[in-house]
Amino acid sequence: MNNAKKKILIVDDSELNRSLLSDMLSDSFEIVEAENGMEAMTILHEQELEICLMLLDIVMPIMDGFEVLAMMNQKGWIKTIPVIMISAETGGAYIDRAYDLGAIDYISRPFDERTVMHRVTSNFMLTVKQKEMSEMLSEQIYEKEKDNSLMIEILSHIVEFRNGESGLHVLHVHAITDMLLEQLVKKTDKYPLSAQERRLIGNASALHDIGKISIPSEVLNKPGRFTPEEFEIMKGHTIEGANMLSAIPFRGNESLIQLGYQICRWHHERYDGKGYPDGLKGDEIPIAAQVVAMADVYDALTSERVYKPAYTPEQAMHMILNGECGVFNPLLLDCLRDISGKLKEELNVISFGHVTESGIRDTVERTLKSGGQDVSNRSIRLLERERMKFKFLADISGEIMFEYSDVPQMISLSEWGSETLGMPVKIVDPATNAQWLNIFPEKDFADFTEGVKRTTPENPVFNRKYLLTIGGEKRWCKVIAKVMWGDSEAPEFDGAIGKIVDINDETVSMQSLERKAEHDSRTGLFNHNAAKKRISAALAEGKGKHYALAVFDLDNFKSANDVYGHLFGDEILETVANRIRENIRSTDIAARMGGDEFILFMEYKDSVEPQIKRIFERLTKRHKDFDVSVSMGIACTKDCKEDYDTLFTMADTAMYTVKRESKNSYCFYNPTMTTVLRGEE
Amino acid sequence: MTVQECYAAMGADYADVMSRLRTDERITKFLIKVADDKSYALLIDSLNARNMEEAFRAAHTLKGVCMNLSLNKLYSSAAQLTEALRGRTEYGADIEPLLACVKDDYEHTVSCIRTLQG
Repeated sequence: MNNAKKKILIVDDSELNRSLLSDMLSDSFEIVEAENGMEAMTILHEQELEICLMLLDIVMPIMDGFEVLAMMNQKGWIKTIPVIMISAETGGAYIDRAYDLGAIDYISRPFDERTVMHRVTSNFMLTVKQKEMSEMLSEQIYEKEKDNSLMIEILSHIVEFRNGESGLHVLHVHAITDMLLEQLVKKTDKYPLSAQERRLIGNASALHDIGKISIPSEVLNKPGRFTPEEFEIMKGHTIEGANMLSAIPFRGNESLIQLGYQICRWHHERYDGKGYPDGLKGDEIPIAAQVVAMADVYDALTSERVYKPAYTPEQAMHMILNGECGVFNPLLLDCLRDISGKLKEELNVISFGHVTESGIRDTVERTLKSGGQDVSNRSIRLLERERMKFKFLADISGEIMFEYSDVPQMISLSEWGSETLGMPVKIVDPATNAQWLNIFPEKDFADFTEGVKRTTPENPVFNRKYLLTIGGEKRWCKVIAKVMWGDSEAPEFDGAIGKIVDINDETVSMQSLERKAEHDSRTGLFNHNAAKKRISAALAEGKGKHYALAVFDLDNFKSANDVYGHLFGDEILETVANRIRENIRSTDIAARMGGDEFILFMEYKDSVEPQIKRIFERLTKRHKDFDVSVSMGIACTKDCKEDYDTLFTMADTAMYTVKRESKNSYCFYNPTMTTVLRGEE
Repeated sequence: MTVQECYAAMGADYADVMSRLRTDERITKFLIKVADDKSYALLIDSLNARNMEEAFRAAHTLKGVCMNLSLNKLYSSAAQLTEALRGRTEYGADIEPLLACVKDDYEHTVSCIRTLQG
């Protein structure tokens, strides 16, 4: 605490009360006065950071004490400025309400000098202490981390300068190691490394070449190829480095030292067991050493050395993936590939100090955050408010709203939705919940869960119609959902929010309109257009299958109308339609083309004749006193190219042949018919 | 006239105020402020204008001031009026006697303070 007097804001509408308090406190504090809530808010706006405590009256004109508290909550000031309430109102409810709104203490009138002084100073001290301690804590963490990283970097730079390198290598290896580790834990849980362990490995990575300090500089800095003897000496830097670390007295148990040992000793091992010094194989090589080895190789390739030029990142990536520079854990190769874009960017911007500073800042932030205290009450309150808003809107909307998350799979319904569906608000593991699948058929729900995952951050909205069972009734519903994609570089599915809208009535009336548009109103059979559409589709789909198309009309329909009247004529049409319906299979297509003309379309295996014969016989039975007589022409797909119009023309030709020759019969199309008909014209 | 005598004349509690405010000088300083305080005037004006909300606040403030200085007699009549005005939207005949009481006590208290002031 410095010696400048701290400011206290006194908010009371009575001048006398203010000066009384001021009189009691002015020896120890600087006093600012406000005579109502509005004035207090203005002062807070201007001097938020200077006011270290506030005395607040409740009953005031313009803006009362509760409104001030509410406003301070909204602005977040209540978190940093302690508020002590003052009032003659000693009712419990008043006090409770003030506490709920974040006031920390209460002084009632009449003021007693000692009480006022005591409450104010103790609350003030408490807040100041809290602030100072959190500052101290972050300062300490910062200092410790800074010292650690600094020592490591000094050590590593000494080695590099001796090696004739710029010193950037250590920074690069550190950065690449960090990135690889981050990707590794994202990709697999095979190596369960906590954030702290990963950070330690990153720090320890800087030590990988410290053993080189013991290599004679003629060898170390030799521009040409090593002789076998020299290479043996070079190889020694792994064991030398490890020994240096294990020789540090009393520190053998520190994780940093242990990791440093692994990295120094084994960063030249190969995954296939052909590396040095120990020939360790696969995961016998500690993961820290595996990762640093890869980072080391990548940076060596992309940097210029006395014995080689710098390769481009693409070349380096290719050489490593191709196994030209050692053998690595396939998982790590995947990770390297994953981060290739990021690597290129990050390595470009790394300079001295950069890693240390940003690394430490990160650590401080992380450490403070993991304390858990930082999720401020204010954020929670704001979240609470958003929840309330959402709940209210969801409840009055009369729609079923839901939230979907996939790990673990869960659906949360709005209250209204839960009532409407007769389901609990939270449904865990809906894909195996019988009650839920009763509403949302299994196949459709799977379609939904896969569908939302196929959306993209650019087009995150999913919209599809499903037939759901709501209240025991099957109803068409539209399911609209917005998927929340995380905003990291590789966006991850983070669940979805959406609603289920009942569109049954629209759908049903649309379907009935569609039905009407497709059916003949007299007979209920398809009309010509609808039949044509369906037949064409069947022909296109069923290549290689055999189909037959029959076209027929009633020979004596005109006389039925003339003799028995139009009502009887209609009756005949309906009778024929019924006979068709009764004698065809559900896959066959029957239509009334208009007037007394009908068509029939069917699939067959070997011969269609028996089917045709049977239908013909049923059609031509007497109806009342009327002999139903039919002329029918048939065309088969095996005789022609398979499109509807050709098929129809052939069947039509066959029908006219029947009409001209015998009536009340059927016959199959053959190519001579066309000529015969033409000849007669 | 001493502060203690003044308190006795006003029907106020000297021992209580002394225990809280600690010195005669401070008590005197704030007694003078009571005499100059505008709450009473605001109370009368608000009631004349039938602004009940403002009147309640003024009575409430006057009560608070009296409480702080242990002016028990004026405090108790101000407190009664405050409660009568709490949540009120309309003027009523029941306010008259309470107001008269506050008026008497206030004038007496102020005259005592002026005497002390010399």
